[in-house]
Amino acid sequence: MSYTPKMNEFIQAVEATRQRRYDERHARLSPEEKQQLLEGFHPDYRPDTMRPIKVGVSKGAVMPHELVDVLESWSRLDPDKFPLDKIDCDVDVLIIGGGGAGASAALMANAAGANVLLATKLRLGDANTMMAQGGIQAADKAHDSPNLHYLDVMGGGGFANKPELVKALVYDAPLVIRWLEDLGCMFDKEPDGTMVTQHGGGTCRKRMHAARDYSGAEIMRTLRDEVRNREIPVLEFSPAVELLSDGEGTCRGAVLMNLETKEFFVARAKTVVVSTGGFGRLHINDFPTTNHYGATADGLVMAYRLGGRLVFLDATQFHPTGAAYPEQIVGLLITEKVRGLGAQLVNIYGEQFVYPLETRDAVSSAIIRECLERKKGIVTETGQPGVWLDSPMIEKIHGEGTILRSLPAMYRQYARFGIDMRETPIIVFPTLHYQNGGVDIRDDTRVTTVDNLFVAGETSGGVHGRNRLMGNSLLDVVVFGRRAGIAASERARHVKPGPLSLAHVSRYHEELEEAGLAKDKISPILLPPYTRYQSVPGADPAV
Amino acid sequence: MEEEKVRIFIMGKAYEVPKSLTIMKAMEYAGYQFIRGCGCRGGFCGACGTVYRMPDDYRLMVGLACQTVVEDGMYLTQIPVFPANKATYDVEKLRPGLSDIVKLYPELTRCLGCNTCTKACPQDLDVMNYMAAAMRGDITKAADMSFDCLMCGLCAARCPAETVQYNIAILTRRLYARHVAPRAKHLASRVGEILDGAFDQSLDDMTKLTRAELEALYNQRDIEPE
Repeated sequence: MSYTPKMNEFIQAVEATRQRRYDERHARLSPEEKQQLLEGFHPDYRPDTMRPIKVGVSKGAVMPHELVDVLESWSRLDPDKFPLDKIDCDVDVLIIGGGGAGASAALMANAAGANVLLATKLRLGDANTMMAQGGIQAADKAHDSPNLHYLDVMGGGGFANKPELVKALVYDAPLVIRWLEDLGCMFDKEPDGTMVTQHGGGTCRKRMHAARDYSGAEIMRTLRDEVRNREIPVLEFSPAVELLSDGEGTCRGAVLMNLETKEFFVARAKTVVVSTGGFGRLHINDFPTTNHYGATADGLVMAYRLGGRLVFLDATQFHPTGAAYPEQIVGLLITEKVRGLGAQLVNIYGEQFVYPLETRDAVSSAIIRECLERKKGIVTETGQPGVWLDSPMIEKIHGEGTILRSLPAMYRQYARFGIDMRETPIIVFPTLHYQNGGVDIRDDTRVTTVDNLFVAGETSGGVHGRNRLMGNSLLDVVVFGRRAGIAASERARHVKPGPLSLAHVSRYHEELEEAGLAKDKISPILLPPYTRYQSVPGADPAV
Repeated sequence: MEEEKVRIFIMGKAYEVPKSLTIMKAMEYAGYQFIRGCGCRGGFCGACGTVYRMPDDYRLMVGLACQTVVEDGMYLTQIPVFPANKATYDVEKLRPGLSDIVKLYPELTRCLGCNTCTKACPQDLDVMNYMAAAMRGDITKAADMSFDCLMCGLCAARCPAETVQYNIAILTRRLYARHVAPRAKHLASRVGEILDGAFDQSLDDMTKLTRAELEALYNQRDIEPE
């Protein structure tokens, strides 16, 4: 692959200024400059990226257009005609979503003796959990405490987090690490068994546990293996397309759809856990994303129609340095460590335009400004904008061999495509990373506004406030997935099955009509429209 | 500017696609909407194992569709799922040695040492030799060598002895982590403190602090040096 001739011309400009930049320290932003930059260019601050939703329990709340679009859409089912008299499966606990949260919930509900069914859109384990590299936080060393972890989470979230959820997160953290250790999850350890732990952004103690740089994959495949060992029923390629209710605010199951044959199934359940992940694949504000193929906000849509309140969805996490070239890795994460080691952000004229270690939101905004307003960025063959991240500076500062020693995975990632990041800079652009908000829940994951419905993981909101710290999403899915499995199975013991209804969907449809919304959109969308013959502008730069 | 195209054959049918695309994006360009054969799109999940041949080359090549760039003449098909034997077990009750592995996967001993699995691995793992380690009962080595496995299944698809390497591999990793690696003592003692209620009161108090009080505590906290 390597670089195009045009890119190589730009690289010469970067090389020409490297010696000068070696001695140069770009000014830090003043608080006023930072605020101006954020307000001008961070998607969260730009009024044109969001609008208030016109219907539902959170009517008037401001959220990204792409999310409001799927919320202001019609059901796949005609709620007045869809037959609910034939029940295809009848269980205690129905779990929708087969990532880290869903698998954890299934294991705990099964252990509690509940009759469980896990239904998931793709394969068991197809989820963002599988992709998390960095690690999982837990205050399990003597000089650390859940209280310090609590402070870090609150500070990272802008002190807006829901306290009871943060308490649950940090309290359970050592318990879930122990649980995973018992299950045979291969954490990095010293020879004497001590966990190897590192700092993450915003941590005051080294409490990031890892399994090489496959932390999420190791956790997910262990949970998946255990779900299979316990022979918990799993329906793959069977997303839920609508929740079922008693006609009012109580959940009673879901309608599932075989994604391949389009056959519908009615699943009745005493309690339902929604753990379908976030909205990365809606490409909020046209951004590329680090997210899994299935991250299309299905759970948000279904829970909202049944009255689940949505919180913090105006806060989206963009990581400043996603790969912008080559095409094969667009959107994938370039770890913050690259900047930590001294690589500078540089435009096509070889100039720095931001101090590289400003906060993530500020660096993202500066890159966006450089590309879209100042037009000093690169535009790749596929139309993807980006700026240079001058990786050779790392070797210039710390000596030859530093990249191979400190960033081996990153080096290999680029070497695969004929780019030697020791010799040439790489191209980056902010990438959509995480849905900070979601459905409002209590600390046992029950939805505040719907009975017998539980939500865990990225679909829920509140625990991370307006901004999640690294290492707290893997923790979130296991902590709240387990809590969901425990609470949903316990609650199921006290629920008597009753008739099923889609009346909540009929009412939602009426609201949509009253708001004058066009009838041309259906959700949950289930799969992102990436083929050449489907048109979502900006959804995929390749199309 | 119209990008240069290459001709690829998706399950035998020819399509002209831009030459910079991965197999995954090329298939989408051609009009396929993935249900199977597409997962994380970032090289971690093993959903998109693909086999292909190039013109004038007898060899069967493998790759992940999300990580492999199309080439002119590529003749490909995905193998999104492969029938695989998966033993069920309670990892806690197993012993970390050869006898329990062979009890669960007796076909392990049928390995011919042909190395086809290694050639089929899109992660470039030394599959045959981690299987050899498992056959010696060397759990530590098998777990270490197989660690980067994505469980895509291409090894099992190619194995003439019909073993399922990736399922044996995860068994060795779980055995290693559960029974061979020493347990974390600091973790056990922290879990004990939590279950004894050592943090109940102080954490509860923290949830009642005002924003200003929290901010003050946050700004005062000392940071552990790198």
